[in-house]
Amino acid sequence: MSQIFHRSTNTFARITIFGAVFIVAFLTWALAELDRSAYATGATQAHDQPVPFSHAHHVGGIGIDCRYCHTTVESSSFANIPPTKTCMNCHSQIWNTSPTLEPVRASFRSGQSLEWTRVNDLPDFVYFNHSIHVDKGIGCESCHGRVDRMPLTWQENSLLMQWCLDCHRHPEKHVRPREFITTMGYVPAGDQEEIGRRLVKEYKIQDARVLTSCSTCHR
Amino acid sequence: MRLRGSIGGDRSLTAAALKGRVLVVVAVVGAIGCRQDMHDQPKFIPLRPTDFFGDGRSERPLLEGTIARGHLRDDAAFYTGKGPDGKPLDTFPFAVTKEVIERGQDRFNVYCSPCHDRTGRGNGMVVRRGYRPPPSYHSDRLRQVPHGYIFDVITNGFGAMPDYAAQIPPEDRWAIVAYVRALQLSQNAALSDVPPEARAQLDQGGAR
Repeated sequence: MSQIFHRSTNTFARITIFGAVFIVAFLTWALAELDRSAYATGATQAHDQPVPFSHAHHVGGIGIDCRYCHTTVESSSFANIPPTKTCMNCHSQIWNTSPTLEPVRASFRSGQSLEWTRVNDLPDFVYFNHSIHVDKGIGCESCHGRVDRMPLTWQENSLLMQWCLDCHRHPEKHVRPREFITTMGYVPAGDQEEIGRRLVKEYKIQDARVLTSCSTCHR
Repeated sequence: MRLRGSIGGDRSLTAAALKGRVLVVVAVVGAIGCRQDMHDQPKFIPLRPTDFFGDGRSERPLLEGTIARGHLRDDAAFYTGKGPDGKPLDTFPFAVTKEVIERGQDRFNVYCSPCHDRTGRGNGMVVRRGYRPPPSYHSDRLRQVPHGYIFDVITNGFGAMPDYAAQIPPEDRWAIVAYVRALQLSQNAALSDVPPEARAQLDQGGAR
């Protein structure tokens, strides 16, 4: 009885089996990359806002400290989006006839909130607290990037769990002295790892076992 | 006619193309089935809006006349800077230490320096952009005002200056008052005011 398949089909079978492994591996890799891409996480994409508020102008140009508006960042889980009154502290006199700022004045007159589009949105199953990070020497810039160079605000990082853990595993690579918390473009005065290790001790930052425990962030 | 033609064309779908279409439909239905209930839980986090109240806010203002526990503010001197006679006090409600002044410096630089600038001369960035200039702290009149007066100005505003009651808690306001006093002294001091052991620092370019 003659063979059903010609000898050459052996090669064909080998190629397809080999190909299947790589095609599956490639698809898995491609999906994982897509999941982490800026397209999926929303990182680096500026949002339209009711007023085109520019951190580049207010922080980079005027030099206003983050805490002037984000008043509760040192004392609460939430950094605070300022009430319209805070805008009016200056804009009652500066740019007070600008059409761009009319929504701000309208909000101040009526008491209705300005409805900003949220930029950094963690999933609701994550417990995040700004004050502990600030108190332990994590600068605004470490998570939010160079806000002083953002004409419209965008989310700088992926906010994926992997990104959180990068720092929770090695806080010494990111901590800075508390007096530089709101500094943009901070440059460590010496070796970051060396300063970091000293600050981790000084600020009593817990070790990676505690920082990477599930219940630290999921509670 | 054209439309009909295209429908007619669909009938001649090959098996592979049909398979492809089924896959797309399954993928779309699957994606619709993906829900983000755990990401977006039906709970209120700060500033999350709600349809329940007319103004759309989930955080509710205090009802008039209600006082949260611990917020009675019965310590008038601490919260108003005024004595029982309604006149500004010239004392601090707590002891002023170096830590208090340093806290005041930190807060001053955040909240006051945009207009008053870091030396208190009133030439901050916001003023340079057109805000009505505040008076310099370094005048005889402002050197002589009582501490409680400065506290009251921060709390209730004065002239063109808005109030900072919502942005700065009372304890920090007092710390700022202490630092303003230190600023005033720093710009109006003689060498004899500096303790002899600290004078060497001056030659090296000031403190710190």
